[in-house]
Amino acid sequence: MDPYALKTLNAERRARRAAILVTDLGDGRDRIVREGDQVAGDLGAAIAKAFRSGSSGAVEAEGRTFFLNAHLPQPRLMVIGAVHISQALAPMARIAGYPLEIIDPRSAFATPDRFPDVALHADWPQDVLDRQPLDSYTALAAVTHDPKIDDFALKAALDANCFYVGALGSRKTHAKRVERLLALGASADQVARIHAPIGLDIGAASPAEIAVAILAQTILAFRSRGLDVKGAAA
Amino acid sequence: MSDSIYLDEARDPLIIAEAWMKDGKDVAIATVVETWGSAPRPVGSHLVIDADGNFHGSVSGGCVEGAVVTEAVDVIGSGKARMLEFGVADETAWQVGLSCGGRIKVYVERLG
Repeated sequence: MDPYALKTLNAERRARRAAILVTDLGDGRDRIVREGDQVAGDLGAAIAKAFRSGSSGAVEAEGRTFFLNAHLPQPRLMVIGAVHISQALAPMARIAGYPLEIIDPRSAFATPDRFPDVALHADWPQDVLDRQPLDSYTALAAVTHDPKIDDFALKAALDANCFYVGALGSRKTHAKRVERLLALGASADQVARIHAPIGLDIGAASPAEIAVAILAQTILAFRSRGLDVKGAAA
Repeated sequence: MSDSIYLDEARDPLIIAEAWMKDGKDVAIATVVETWGSAPRPVGSHLVIDADGNFHGSVSGGCVEGAVVTEAVDVIGSGKARMLEFGVADETAWQVGLSCGGRIKVYVERLG
């Protein structure tokens, strides 16, 4: 392995950015491909697929055998609001492989009693996201219903290109939210990425069912990154 | 499944390989490139080895690491990458195998 390739790969992994190490198994030459880099032909198609699935493997292309080692950051879920839905969502998300953190400045809601074993921030989203910024391997679900708490986090999620952005509330509530976000400087394209009403339409009624719908929509958005799938992030 | 979103720097084989390199050590990197049947570690898993036979990571959960380390020390010496294959199906080629019945292919290369 080329030492420079190893250094580059580790730097990308530390920064929570996706990268693939492409090794020609015939002559041992290797290089790093970052997400969004253009690679032509069959090899390029295989690389694009590996970025989506996160699966590593050998591929035949251009008469050669390449090994693609896909290094995707661990996806995670940031929830704004320590509410009933979040109580159900926390264990489900962890089981599904999406570590979850919760931000809610209302210290009566954000208590360890209500959220055992959950990374909980009883603080304003502004302060928490300053310390640990969002990124494109983070999903954000805003479920407080309170613009004072949700709006800043939603704008930050759109700016950080989070792979999923969802917001709880009816269509009417969301229409008002859209106006506020536009006033905060979000573009119309950005605002169109918000999933609202939140969650896949499975007819969810209880908080736990809404949690399932949010988790399902998060997974769909993650697995269809870069694809035009109905119901997923564009 | 990991609960942390950050690299476990103390245990991450590729981070350790980079640190060894910075310390001036000769290093080999072994990578699982193909698996058949029930294999203990997924494709892409790494074992990193130095010239003294110290190693970190895993390509099989312990079944064939000893043999990979021996080969890796040779690869560090020669600089020539090798493709190793382990499994119950080819016991004539290797004395060690995978008790789970799977087969794995491991690519061993020198760093630099």
